[in-house]
Amino acid sequence: MILDLDQFIQRERPFWDELQKLMRQREAQPDRQAPLEEVQRFLYLYQRASADLVKLKTFAGDVEVRAWLESIVAGAYSQLHDRRAAGIRFRPWNWLMRTFPQTFRRHWRAFALSTGTFWLGGLLGAIIMFWNPELKTEFIPSQFSHVYESPSKRVEREENQEFDAFEGRQTFSAYLMANNIKVTITAMVLGITYGVMTIVVLFSNGLIIGIIGFDYIADGQGVFLTAWLLPHGSWELPAIFIGGQAGLVIARAMFGWGTNLRFRQRMARIRDDLLTLVGGAALMLVGAGLVESFLSQYHGPKLYPWKIAFGAVQLLVLVAYLGFCGRGKEPEKPEKLR
Amino acid sequence: MSLGKTASLEIRTPEGVSFALPLASPISRAVSWMLDGFVIMAITMAVSMLLNLLATAFIGVPGLSQFIFDFAQAIRIFLGFVVSIFYAIVLEWLWNGRTVGKRLLGLQVVDERGLNLSLRQIMIRNFFRIVDIMPSMFYLVGATACLFTKRCQRLGDIAAGTLVIRQVKLPEPAIDQVLSRTGYNSFAEWPHLEARLRQRATPEEAQIAFDSLLRRDELEPGSRLKVFARLADHFRSFAEFPEEATLGLSDEQYVRNVVDTLYRKSVVV
Repeated sequence: MILDLDQFIQRERPFWDELQKLMRQREAQPDRQAPLEEVQRFLYLYQRASADLVKLKTFAGDVEVRAWLESIVAGAYSQLHDRRAAGIRFRPWNWLMRTFPQTFRRHWRAFALSTGTFWLGGLLGAIIMFWNPELKTEFIPSQFSHVYESPSKRVEREENQEFDAFEGRQTFSAYLMANNIKVTITAMVLGITYGVMTIVVLFSNGLIIGIIGFDYIADGQGVFLTAWLLPHGSWELPAIFIGGQAGLVIARAMFGWGTNLRFRQRMARIRDDLLTLVGGAALMLVGAGLVESFLSQYHGPKLYPWKIAFGAVQLLVLVAYLGFCGRGKEPEKPEKLR
Repeated sequence: MSLGKTASLEIRTPEGVSFALPLASPISRAVSWMLDGFVIMAITMAVSMLLNLLATAFIGVPGLSQFIFDFAQAIRIFLGFVVSIFYAIVLEWLWNGRTVGKRLLGLQVVDERGLNLSLRQIMIRNFFRIVDIMPSMFYLVGATACLFTKRCQRLGDIAAGTLVIRQVKLPEPAIDQVLSRTGYNSFAEWPHLEARLRQRATPEEAQIAFDSLLRRDELEPGSRLKVFARLADHFRSFAEFPEEATLGLSDEQYVRNVVDTLYRKSVVV
């Protein structure tokens, strides 16, 4: 083929300029619904510029023009395959009543492993305390120093304390929500270490709970402990297990067991599920943070039955929700690693 | 450390066109994140000041002042968390993979295939920042991942399938300057040798020869002779023109002929 560079550039330049103009328009208003004619014109100009670039690439001279046209084609390619619309279809009610519980059930094995790891840590904590109670301060970080003292002393102090309903409650609640959501997201993202760090985080948190639990029960403060932890723990702990569940889903994708898909494809398949799981867990943690601040920290023998009942009901509601909500409406082809 | 890194993302489109997007360096990414850190700090401080003003207005009101103070503190804590997580998510979504820092440094987050990002990818890569910034805020995990991955990806990028590229805003080429070359070229008498020269010279080599002619007056006479001698030797190895074509040609004139051959209007491709 004979290519007259002068004529070629002079002939094609208006089309490249028009493509650039459309690109600038789209960049200025990314969410604008362009009319069909405009989209068709964009596609035509992009294909024409692509063809021009192929022709120019076979011509040794004129690096400048080639690089310039390459940058136009790269920008147009990116805009043409825009996926913004796919990201904004969010129906909260449907997500809450179907997507989240269905996603949770789809990865129930990961949840079982996450929960099992936590309670295995708890069991070890209890064994450590049974073997040598003096080790309590060695295993519990200083941020939980309020549990260093004897459980009965703490119970006596807490039960005789007068409470101002608003004193520091909201701050405490906000701190708990932020901290727990961060812990949950951390448990999830640590799955990228092939799940090793997720398991370590779950196990070490279980260890602390096991030590505290055994300490209180051995000191005869089992009722206080249940009334203290159950109201918020009935949502907080499952939320953290769900974070761990998401981490283990990542770990499975890292290993790529039972699939021929490439790593990039495996990760792409689980992205929706990860966001759903961590979103659901964050929602549960907001609820748990409010309960922990405004109910769990109020202590008194008369309150205990009510608090325990409240916590038990919350747990039952959660089990029913995650176990049965959206059943029978599962998508025909659930997103799985195949 | 290079570790077999690639400096650009090679894309081949369904239309059969291939192009390269230059990847951002870890340094420019770090500077961009520092700038974003200042923006986050500024937002948080502005909100804190507003909340302090609100709390101050209620000082002395019985029963309410403590409540407002506590409420302001709670908002500050929660908002600090929300801003640190969602700052980048919101901006990368609104500005097609760019935050304030990335805009200032001309960087952009794109999909591994050179496409714009989906909201899912943006959220995942920013959630993973919690691990990437470890320990504390030193970004060691992310920086290490960046050093050891071929395309300089932190963990969040790996999980989300994203990359950070440099946006190169190329100036419009001086097309007229390129197209207005005339004059006698003795090589034109041997079209088959010119074709061989065109076939063997890469676009980059052609550009170097062209630039050396444009900048000849900036060179010292001695240096100029050396530069054109090396260039002429280099191009002589591509195609050996007969003596009639090169007789009396200086090295510089030889390079002029080469450039004319490579950039001349009508060529067979």
